[in-house]
Amino acid sequence: MCTSELVSQFQEEILNAQLEKSRLQIVGGDTKAFLKPNVPASLTRLEIGGYQGIVDYQPSELVLTARAGTSLTIINETLAEQGQMLAFEPPAFGRSATLGGIVASGLSGPRRPFAGAVRDFVLGCKIINGQGEVLTFGGQVMKNVAGYDVSRLMAGSEGTLGVILEVSLKVLPAPKKELTLNIAMPIESALVQMVALRRHYLSISAVAYENGFLRVRYSGSKTGILSVLDTSVITDVDVESSQNYWHALKEQQVDFFHTKGDLWRISVPPATPVLSVPGHWFYDWAGGLRWLKTAAPVAAVFGAATAHGGTARLFRSSQQAPWPRQEVALPLARLNKRVKAAFDPSELFV
Amino acid sequence: MIPPIHPAERISHRVKKPELLAELRTFLPGDAILFEQEMLKPYECDALAAYQTMPWIVVLPETVEAIQRVLRLCNDYGIPVVARGAGTGLSGGALPLDNGVLISMVKFNKILAIDCDNLLAVVEPGVTNLAISKKVAKEGLYYAPDPSSQIACTIGGNVAENAGGVHCLKYGLTTHNILRLKILTMAGELVVIGSHGFDSEGYDLLAILTGSEGMLGIIIEVSVKLLPLVPSAQVMMAVFDCVEIAGKAVAGVIAAGLIPAGLEMMDNTAICAAEEFCHAGYPITAKAILLCEIDGTAEQVTEQLEQVYPLLLSLGAQTVEIAHDELARQKMWAGRKAAFPAVGRISPDYYCMDGTIPRHQLAAVLKSIAGLSEKYGLPVANVFHAGDGNLHPLILYDGNVPGDFDKAERLGSDILSLSIRVGGTITGEHGVGVEKINHMCIQFSLATLNQFHAIKAAFDEKGLLNPGKGLPSLRRCAEFGALHVHHGELPHKDLERF
Repeated sequence: MCTSELVSQFQEEILNAQLEKSRLQIVGGDTKAFLKPNVPASLTRLEIGGYQGIVDYQPSELVLTARAGTSLTIINETLAEQGQMLAFEPPAFGRSATLGGIVASGLSGPRRPFAGAVRDFVLGCKIINGQGEVLTFGGQVMKNVAGYDVSRLMAGSEGTLGVILEVSLKVLPAPKKELTLNIAMPIESALVQMVALRRHYLSISAVAYENGFLRVRYSGSKTGILSVLDTSVITDVDVESSQNYWHALKEQQVDFFHTKGDLWRISVPPATPVLSVPGHWFYDWAGGLRWLKTAAPVAAVFGAATAHGGTARLFRSSQQAPWPRQEVALPLARLNKRVKAAFDPSELFV
Repeated sequence: MIPPIHPAERISHRVKKPELLAELRTFLPGDAILFEQEMLKPYECDALAAYQTMPWIVVLPETVEAIQRVLRLCNDYGIPVVARGAGTGLSGGALPLDNGVLISMVKFNKILAIDCDNLLAVVEPGVTNLAISKKVAKEGLYYAPDPSSQIACTIGGNVAENAGGVHCLKYGLTTHNILRLKILTMAGELVVIGSHGFDSEGYDLLAILTGSEGMLGIIIEVSVKLLPLVPSAQVMMAVFDCVEIAGKAVAGVIAAGLIPAGLEMMDNTAICAAEEFCHAGYPITAKAILLCEIDGTAEQVTEQLEQVYPLLLSLGAQTVEIAHDELARQKMWAGRKAAFPAVGRISPDYYCMDGTIPRHQLAAVLKSIAGLSEKYGLPVANVFHAGDGNLHPLILYDGNVPGDFDKAERLGSDILSLSIRVGGTITGEHGVGVEKINHMCIQFSLATLNQFHAIKAAFDEKGLLNPGKGLPSLRRCAEFGALHVHHGELPHKDLERF
């Protein structure tokens, strides 16, 4: 089926759902359904995986435009051939991950604090809203302030505002070579050192902490980095050249994620001290993103995050749905609801 | 001149001025309410001085509660409201309404908190852009977006317009550099959007608030991201004898995998004006110059310099001059920074456009602009952010010559249409405001404009916040006669538009 026929088909499915008062679950490569545990599996699926292909990619423009069903692997390979990359390092969570899912889930990898999140790289998009209308926002240029910036709003909207058809992303040159410093130190010192690293202009692209080791990914010289750190807290330093660690981290394949128990994703201001919830902790994003394996009660996790101006979300769990969600302040919750209704008045997309 | 407020976008109400003044006086001090002609005069326009309207009433509240009460009053009575910061906007976004209340945010000028460990500052909306960087400089930090008006423009306005600057390509726009907003909706409800972490749950409403031109809410607090000061920077000037070659060189630099901190271009008219104004050492015979700034660690700067210098020569530059010290660097930038006032000296008036285009179209678009300039008989000076394709053609005209402004507007309109046609946008950083509201009808389809209206209504049910700006009514578009553009193709593209 040609791409325009596919769009008509999606529109038809949306209008049918409207008539039948049914609800739709948008599916791309079906790698991230676990992110929406409270959505019943029995819903009608709107499959967009077939809507694929890179529409435009000119390396000198630093912009790639592709259809939502385009495989992330193909995009990564295409960019790598030109020495470029998706700087937000999106996790795939499976071989069949698509561009649409990457944008809709709004998840970014270890480079995020230094390069930006998915939303920072979205320049434009084409969507179908809940009325079945094809709409175009933003464009393929770096600066564009005509109309509300709906393209970035789509990042992280989890398919609840409309069907993402096509996205234009800003891409960046990939660093020629990156190395990782493994520095042994206790977590209390590591949180302080992470602040020091972020406060200095260094060629750092990731900072994580796990199991007694602060890991710092960098390009260029390590001298500048070591001179920023407090040497009295360092017990050991080594340099590793492999990038496998960071890939495994973003795909949640490092050992930490294989241990048993509920996995929580906690987003807090990066300098937040150690949170007093018992369990195993993993620190990414220079302290701003904390993964927690715990058996602690839900309220304790939400409470700890809220107390520091952050948010917590149960990410993986064997619990029965519905999973608990952190409460959102009422005025914001109302506004979110009205924005949802502006795109999808019949509440088709869940 | 009288701004093009469309009848369909005018909010009518029957409230008498003395009645509203009496109500405002119950909670605002007398000197925070302005209603007499001579007091209102300074508020009749923003930096797009071509359009002027005397406001009905101006209020200068000092507390959030006072703004909330003004908003609730106006919301109840159906009175339109416009918020204003320093009034440095270039698209008439803060242009007042003759039957509306203008809320000046200048008294909200405090830096509330600096959190160096989390690299952020919490500021009131009336704090100037540069004041933030000045305040945190001793901590080795700064706020990255640097619009040319940064000494005067306020952060509230920066957020409302999604302000850019010279260093956007590498360091992003306002939208990339803010973490959290506190806003008041038209109904007076306080909403906190975003967080001091890297993300938060729910929709990314920060995205649509940033650049929403005062149509969705009144910004009462902004948490901005701070960055470590860049240790080293170097600028060089590449001289070209042909504008198109300079345009192609811009794409060539990016294609080579370089992200300069700044990549600015000036054409001969701008070079000569700047040189006469501040003697920056620009070659007045050159057809174009590119200023390329690279920054980073000393090591990175040296490495990139070794790459860029020969690259620019191979891309057709006649000469490349490197600023060898800080003084030389400042001097090299001085001409670019003074380009607008410099052009203001060689022409009684100028009209500044703001289209953004794909970089590979630079050469062709500059050529077309030269053609349009000839067609209308008005000179155009080009001085712009070449690295991100953000053009600033300055159309030179004389407001005292009858018909000259109309001609300038038509020429501007043609440039905007051209920007859309080559896959770009009508505005990169100045906003739509009243100035480019008609061209929204060309850039967006009817369905997309309808979606924008639905978003607007989600925040401001009665449509009272900054009506007639940014977002055209469908009636306006129907009359403007260019409702749907498919794939950037203008219908009736030969028709004259105004």
